[in-house]
Amino acid sequence: MGPETLDIILDALSWILMASGAFFALTGALGIIRFPDIFSRMHAAGMVDTLGIGLILVGLMFQSDERIVVVKLGLIILFIFFTSPTTTFALARAALDDGMSADTLPDLNKTEAPENQKGGS
Amino acid sequence: MMMFAAAAVAVLVAMGLALVRAFTGPTVFDRILAVNTTGTLTVVLIAVYGFLENRPDFLDIALLYALINFIGTVAVTKYVKFGATGVAPDKRDQGDI
Repeated sequence: MGPETLDIILDALSWILMASGAFFALTGALGIIRFPDIFSRMHAAGMVDTLGIGLILVGLMFQSDERIVVVKLGLIILFIFFTSPTTTFALARAALDDGMSADTLPDLNKTEAPENQKGGS
Repeated sequence: MMMFAAAAVAVLVAMGLALVRAFTGPTVFDRILAVNTTGTLTVVLIAVYGFLENRPDFLDIALLYALINFIGTVAVTKYVKFGATGVAPDKRDQGDI
Protein backbone atom coordinates (compact mmCIF):
# COMPACT_ATOMS: atom_id res chain seq x y z
CA MET A 1 0.00 0.00 0.00
CA GLY A 2 1.80 3.10 -1.25
CA PRO A 3 1.35 6.71 -0.24
CA GLU A 4 -1.09 7.33 -3.10
CA THR A 5 -3.47 4.67 -1.78
CA LEU A 6 -3.29 6.29 1.65
CA ASP A 7 -4.11 9.67 0.09
CA ILE A 8 -7.15 8.21 -1.65
CA ILE A 9 -8.36 6.59 1.57
CA LEU A 10 -7.90 9.83 3.53
CA ASP A 11 -9.72 11.80 0.83
CA ALA A 12 -12.64 9.38 0.83
CA LEU A 13 -12.84 9.43 4.62
CA SER A 14 -12.72 13.22 4.59
CA TRP A 15 -15.48 13.36 1.95
CA ILE A 16 -17.71 11.07 4.00
CA LEU A 17 -17.17 13.00 7.24
CA MET A 18 -17.71 16.42 5.68
CA ALA A 19 -20.78 15.29 3.75
CA SER A 20 -22.41 13.86 6.85
CA GLY A 21 -21.47 16.98 8.81
CA ALA A 22 -23.07 19.16 6.15
CA PHE A 23 -26.14 16.91 6.27
CA PHE A 24 -26.45 17.34 10.01
CA ALA A 25 -25.91 21.12 9.77
CA LEU A 26 -28.64 21.45 7.14
CA THR A 27 -31.02 19.17 9.05
CA GLY A 28 -30.48 21.10 12.28
CA ALA A 29 -31.01 24.43 10.56
CA LEU A 30 -34.23 23.09 9.03
CA GLY A 31 -35.29 21.96 12.49
CA ILE A 32 -34.66 25.44 13.87
CA ILE A 33 -37.18 26.73 11.33
CA ARG A 34 -39.77 23.95 11.50
CA PHE A 35 -39.99 22.97 15.17
CA PRO A 36 -42.89 24.45 17.14
CA ASP A 37 -41.39 25.87 20.35
CA ILE A 38 -38.14 27.18 21.76
CA PHE A 39 -37.08 24.01 23.57
CA SER A 40 -37.38 21.71 20.57
CA ARG A 41 -35.56 24.35 18.52
CA MET A 42 -32.74 24.19 21.07
CA HIS A 43 -32.60 20.44 20.45
CA ALA A 44 -32.19 21.06 16.72
CA ALA A 45 -29.54 23.70 17.37
CA GLY A 46 -27.65 21.21 19.50
CA MET A 47 -27.55 18.92 16.48
CA VAL A 48 -25.82 21.68 14.49
CA ASP A 49 -23.42 22.50 17.32
CA THR A 50 -22.19 18.97 18.03
CA LEU A 51 -22.56 16.65 15.05
CA GLY A 52 -22.54 19.19 12.23
CA ILE A 53 -19.56 21.19 13.46
CA GLY A 54 -17.68 18.18 14.82
CA LEU A 55 -17.92 16.03 11.70
CA ILE A 56 -16.94 18.86 9.34
CA LEU A 57 -13.93 19.85 11.47
CA VAL A 58 -12.78 16.22 11.87
CA GLY A 59 -13.09 15.90 8.10
CA LEU A 60 -10.84 18.97 7.76
CA MET A 61 -8.31 17.32 10.10
CA PHE A 62 -7.69 14.56 7.56
CA GLN A 63 -6.79 17.14 4.89
CA SER A 64 -4.08 19.00 6.81
CA ASP A 65 -0.36 18.33 6.50
CA GLU A 66 0.92 20.22 9.51
CA ARG A 67 0.40 19.05 13.04
CA ILE A 68 -0.42 22.49 14.47
CA VAL A 69 -3.45 22.72 12.19
CA VAL A 70 -4.83 19.49 13.63
CA VAL A 71 -4.22 20.82 17.15
CA LYS A 72 -6.07 24.06 16.36
CA LEU A 73 -9.02 22.19 14.86
CA GLY A 74 -9.11 19.98 17.96
CA LEU A 75 -9.12 23.09 20.15
CA ILE A 76 -12.10 24.52 18.23
CA ILE A 77 -13.99 21.21 18.60
CA LEU A 78 -13.15 21.02 22.32
CA PHE A 79 -14.21 24.61 22.93
CA ILE A 80 -17.54 24.26 21.12
CA PHE A 81 -18.07 20.93 22.90
CA PHE A 82 -18.03 22.76 26.22
CA THR A 83 -19.62 26.11 25.33
CA SER A 84 -22.62 24.83 23.37
CA PRO A 85 -24.29 23.08 26.35
CA THR A 86 -23.49 26.08 28.55
CA THR A 87 -25.19 28.46 26.14
CA THR A 88 -28.18 26.15 25.78
CA PHE A 89 -28.44 25.85 29.57
CA ALA A 90 -28.40 29.62 30.06
CA LEU A 91 -30.93 30.16 27.29
CA ALA A 92 -33.27 27.41 28.51
CA ARG A 93 -33.14 28.76 32.04
CA ALA A 94 -33.87 32.27 30.85
CA ALA A 95 -36.77 30.96 28.76
CA LEU A 96 -38.18 28.95 31.68
CA ASP A 97 -37.82 31.98 33.92
CA ASP A 98 -39.83 33.93 31.37
CA GLY A 99 -42.65 31.35 31.52
CA MET A 100 -42.07 29.84 28.08
CA SER A 101 -42.92 26.21 28.91
CA ALA A 102 -46.65 26.72 29.55
CA ASP A 103 -47.84 25.86 26.02
CA THR A 104 -46.43 22.43 25.20
CA LEU A 105 -45.10 20.75 28.30
CA PRO A 106 -48.40 20.04 30.19
CA ASP A 107 -49.58 17.70 27.39
CA LEU A 108 -46.54 15.52 27.86
CA ASN A 109 -47.14 15.38 31.60
CA LYS A 110 -50.77 14.32 31.16
CA THR A 111 -49.87 11.33 29.02
CA GLU A 112 -46.98 10.29 31.24
CA ALA A 113 -48.59 10.71 34.65
CA PRO A 114 -51.09 7.77 34.55
CA GLU A 115 -48.42 5.38 33.29
CA ASN A 116 -46.19 6.30 36.18
CA GLN A 117 -48.98 5.65 38.65
CA LYS A 118 -49.65 2.22 37.12
CA GLY A 119 -45.97 1.38 37.31
CA GLY A 120 -45.87 2.46 40.93
CA SER A 121 -48.86 0.31 42.02
CA MET B 1 -10.93 21.69 -3.41
CA MET B 2 -14.34 20.56 -4.60
CA MET B 3 -15.08 19.08 -1.20
CA PHE B 4 -14.31 22.34 0.63
CA ALA B 5 -16.50 24.33 -1.74
CA ALA B 6 -19.40 21.91 -1.25
CA ALA B 7 -19.03 22.08 2.54
CA ALA B 8 -18.86 25.89 2.42
CA VAL B 9 -22.05 26.06 0.33
CA ALA B 10 -23.84 23.69 2.74
CA VAL B 11 -22.76 25.77 5.73
CA LEU B 12 -23.90 28.96 3.98
CA VAL B 13 -27.34 27.46 3.28
CA ALA B 14 -27.64 26.34 6.90
CA MET B 15 -26.69 29.87 8.01
CA GLY B 16 -29.41 31.29 5.78
CA LEU B 17 -32.01 28.94 7.26
CA ALA B 18 -30.95 29.89 10.78
CA LEU B 19 -31.13 33.58 9.88
CA VAL B 20 -34.74 33.13 8.75
CA ARG B 21 -35.56 32.05 12.30
CA ALA B 22 -33.55 34.98 13.64
CA PHE B 23 -35.67 37.43 11.66
CA THR B 24 -39.08 35.81 12.14
CA GLY B 25 -38.64 34.37 15.65
CA PRO B 26 -41.64 35.14 17.81
CA THR B 27 -39.69 35.55 21.06
CA VAL B 28 -36.32 37.04 21.85
CA PHE B 29 -35.03 33.58 22.87
CA ASP B 30 -35.64 32.22 19.38
CA ARG B 31 -33.60 35.08 17.99
CA ILE B 32 -30.75 34.53 20.43
CA LEU B 33 -30.71 30.80 19.61
CA ALA B 34 -30.69 31.44 15.87
CA VAL B 35 -27.93 34.05 16.10
CA ASN B 36 -25.86 31.68 18.26
CA THR B 37 -26.26 28.93 15.67
CA THR B 38 -25.31 31.36 12.92
CA GLY B 39 -22.16 32.31 14.81
CA THR B 40 -21.23 28.68 15.38
CA LEU B 41 -21.67 27.98 11.68
CA THR B 42 -19.53 31.04 10.92
CA VAL B 43 -16.67 29.41 12.85
CA VAL B 44 -16.86 26.41 10.52
CA LEU B 45 -17.21 28.63 7.47
CA ILE B 46 -14.01 30.51 8.36
CA ALA B 47 -12.15 27.22 8.90
CA VAL B 48 -13.39 25.73 5.62
CA TYR B 49 -12.53 28.94 3.76
CA GLY B 50 -9.02 28.79 5.17
CA PHE B 51 -8.61 25.30 3.73
CA LEU B 52 -10.19 26.42 0.44
CA GLU B 53 -7.63 29.18 0.02
CA ASN B 54 -4.73 27.07 1.36
CA ARG B 55 -4.25 29.48 4.25
CA PRO B 56 -4.64 27.51 7.51
CA ASP B 57 -3.88 30.67 9.53
CA PHE B 58 -7.60 31.36 9.29
CA LEU B 59 -8.04 28.77 12.04
CA ASP B 60 -6.80 31.31 14.60
CA ILE B 61 -9.60 33.65 13.55
CA ALA B 62 -12.09 30.78 13.77
CA LEU B 63 -10.96 29.98 17.32
CA LEU B 64 -11.31 33.64 18.31
CA TYR B 65 -14.73 33.80 16.73
CA ALA B 66 -15.84 30.79 18.78
CA LEU B 67 -14.73 32.56 21.97
CA ILE B 68 -16.44 35.85 21.07
CA ASN B 69 -19.61 34.03 20.01
CA PHE B 70 -19.87 32.27 23.36
CA ILE B 71 -19.23 35.41 25.41
CA GLY B 72 -21.69 37.44 23.35
CA THR B 73 -24.48 34.89 23.55
CA VAL B 74 -24.14 34.44 27.31
CA ALA B 75 -23.99 38.22 27.79
CA VAL B 76 -27.14 38.83 25.74
CA THR B 77 -28.98 35.97 27.49
CA LYS B 78 -28.00 37.35 30.87
CA TYR B 79 -29.09 40.83 29.89
CA VAL B 80 -32.48 39.54 28.72
CA LYS B 81 -33.00 37.52 31.88
CA PHE B 82 -31.71 39.91 34.56
CA GLY B 83 -31.92 43.27 32.86
CA ALA B 84 -28.22 43.82 33.61
CA THR B 85 -24.92 42.20 32.68
CA GLY B 86 -23.47 42.61 36.15
CA VAL B 87 -24.88 41.21 39.37
CA ALA B 88 -28.63 41.73 39.62
CA PRO B 89 -29.30 42.71 43.25
CA ASP B 90 -32.87 41.38 43.45
CA LYS B 91 -32.14 38.02 41.72
CA ARG B 92 -28.91 37.14 43.47
CA ASP B 93 -30.19 33.66 44.43
CA GLN B 94 -30.68 32.63 40.79
CA GLY B 95 -27.01 32.35 39.98
CA ASP B 96 -24.88 33.99 37.34
CA ILE B 97 -26.44 32.98 34.05
